Amino acid sequence: MAANAAIIGGRPRAPRRVIPGFGPTLGFTLLYLSAIVLIPLAALFLKAAGMGWDQWVATFTDWRVLASLRLSFGGSAIAALVNAVFGLLVAWVLVRYDFPGRKLVDAMVDLPFALPTAVAGIALTALYAPNGWIGSLLEPLGIKVAFTPLGVIVAMVFIGLPFVVRTVEPVLADLDAELEEAAASLGADRVQTFVRVILPALGPALLTGFALAFARAVGEYGSIIFIAGNMPGISEIAPLMIVTKLEQFDYVGATAIAVVMLVVSFVLLLAINALQKWRHARLRGG
Amino acid sequence: MIRFIDDEWLRLGGAVLFAAAFAAGVATLIPGAQAAESKTLLNVSYDPTRELYQQVNAAFTKQWKAKAGDELKINQSHGGSGKQARSVIDGLEADVVTLALAYDIDAIAARGLLDKEWQKKLSYNSAPYTSTIVFLVRKGNPKQIKDWDDLVKPGVSVITPNPKTSGGARWNHLAAWGYALNKWNGDEGKALDFVSQLYKNVPVLDSGARGATITFAQRGLGDVLLAWENEAYLALDEFGGGFEIVTPSISILAEPPVAVVDKVVDRRGTRAVAEAYLQYLYTPEAQQIIAKNHYRPRDPEVWKAVQKGFSPVKLFTIDDVFGGWTKAQNTHFADGGVFDKIFAKK
Repeated sequence: MAANAAIIGGRPRAPRRVIPGFGPTLGFTLLYLSAIVLIPLAALFLKAAGMGWDQWVATFTDWRVLASLRLSFGGSAIAALVNAVFGLLVAWVLVRYDFPGRKLVDAMVDLPFALPTAVAGIALTALYAPNGWIGSLLEPLGIKVAFTPLGVIVAMVFIGLPFVVRTVEPVLADLDAELEEAAASLGADRVQTFVRVILPALGPALLTGFALAFARAVGEYGSIIFIAGNMPGISEIAPLMIVTKLEQFDYVGATAIAVVMLVVSFVLLLAINALQKWRHARLRGG
Repeated sequence: MIRFIDDEWLRLGGAVLFAAAFAAGVATLIPGAQAAESKTLLNVSYDPTRELYQQVNAAFTKQWKAKAGDELKINQSHGGSGKQARSVIDGLEADVVTLALAYDIDAIAARGLLDKEWQKKLSYNSAPYTSTIVFLVRKGNPKQIKDWDDLVKPGVSVITPNPKTSGGARWNHLAAWGYALNKWNGDEGKALDFVSQLYKNVPVLDSGARGATITFAQRGLGDVLLAWENEAYLALDEFGGGFEIVTPSISILAEPPVAVVDKVVDRRGTRAVAEAYLQYLYTPEAQQIIAKNHYRPRDPEVWKAVQKGFSPVKLFTIDDVFGGWTKAQNTHFADGGVFDKIFAKK
């Protein structure tokens, strides 16, 4: 690893690169990132900058906007948490056990990636509506899923699952089962083995999966919109508020919400990254 | 990872240069704007008119070929009315727009793509067909819904889309408001109470009219769906016999307008055919097609012939009651408007 070499060599000198062409490749990277990510985002900020202070204040003291932001970020966090737990379980089963149909289940995990989001939304709504297969079972228990915030979270969980499974799976596959056996032979019980041996090794991957699932859920529109019910202040998500603004030809107001979502997401992802770095450093140190 | 020290800067400079050169190269490869061709028309419309315009287009191209000798192809684009208007504003080359609300075409006109006075250019407010808002109820009408008053009764569940995102929902809202104004002799406070009461009975606000229809027809939610008349008939055809249409005593006259987009037709040289196309919508032949698709035709002769297919209803216009679309939009649906207030009160 390059990092190791750098540590052995004392103060790092730029290591001799094996493959030449740093210039062209970085150049292409810059161009590509500019065209695909930076320019559209810059345009977004530019547009939002055309808004006066009073407009900003009016937009972000609007209780509907605030409620929708709360639902989008809060719901996404819950959904990502659920996915982190159950995604880990799914990855575990897929990696550690061989059973008939494993390949099929493995392929199924990716379906939320591939399915058009509107299809996912309509399918979930059909299932969880009071007359749907699952909804009709929950109805007598007094649990309403479709057309409530709970439905929003269900859709977010659906689209986020592959992110956790796919990031945890390869790391888990690399993790030797002997490690667990060693822990067991040293007297650790099952919980201790899981919490102190397996979880720390999976931590970074799990956190990445969580972050990806979270980010995806925050920006999701298509699959949620059908199941949400869209009641003002209750089950409206932030992307719907953007659409609402656009529907009034209020481009600036729409981009303002988008910019705030972008900034909050960025800060959260940055925080998750920092957390990971900190953990990594601590593990190294200890 | 980039370390911003020493000669790394030099390399970085080289990289940026390369990026610029590459970008310039790609730019020269992109061919210039395509030459305009006059043999196609693009009609940008809203969702429920898909079947209508398929039939109208087939008839018009046949007629155009007989008259002008040209082979003509009319492309259609459908979507939510507001979204379609934005596409045109953002550069979708629509020769004609046939949208759900005058407000959406006004928004295009405000960007200078067509004359502000567009609505005066064709007869009947540039709306060659009309529709109205009716109720779709479940077979046998178990909740005995006959008129607007029945919608605010406790225990009646009403399905209507979100007026913030759906043009159809705005018609629904205004129809209810107009009814209340009429009943209480123009008392705005009473109208607000009535419409607030109505929204209390709404469990779901779908983002579009089709979504609301699906919620009602397939998810089994609600006792009554507020819908365009033509959509209600379509739902009867599509979802079989489980439903009935109830026409209220009074409702709003929905006038989905059409217009030629001046900037586009002048650039593409399609003005003549675009204008002929919209004129054609007023001919008895097209009016027949319109009636067949459950829109109310304008032509008095055609209307007389098909009248018995439509339930009688007293209709009021948005101009008479609300002073036009722009005003209605600002009062009722803009941020902080009536709709927002109704939900803020809860």
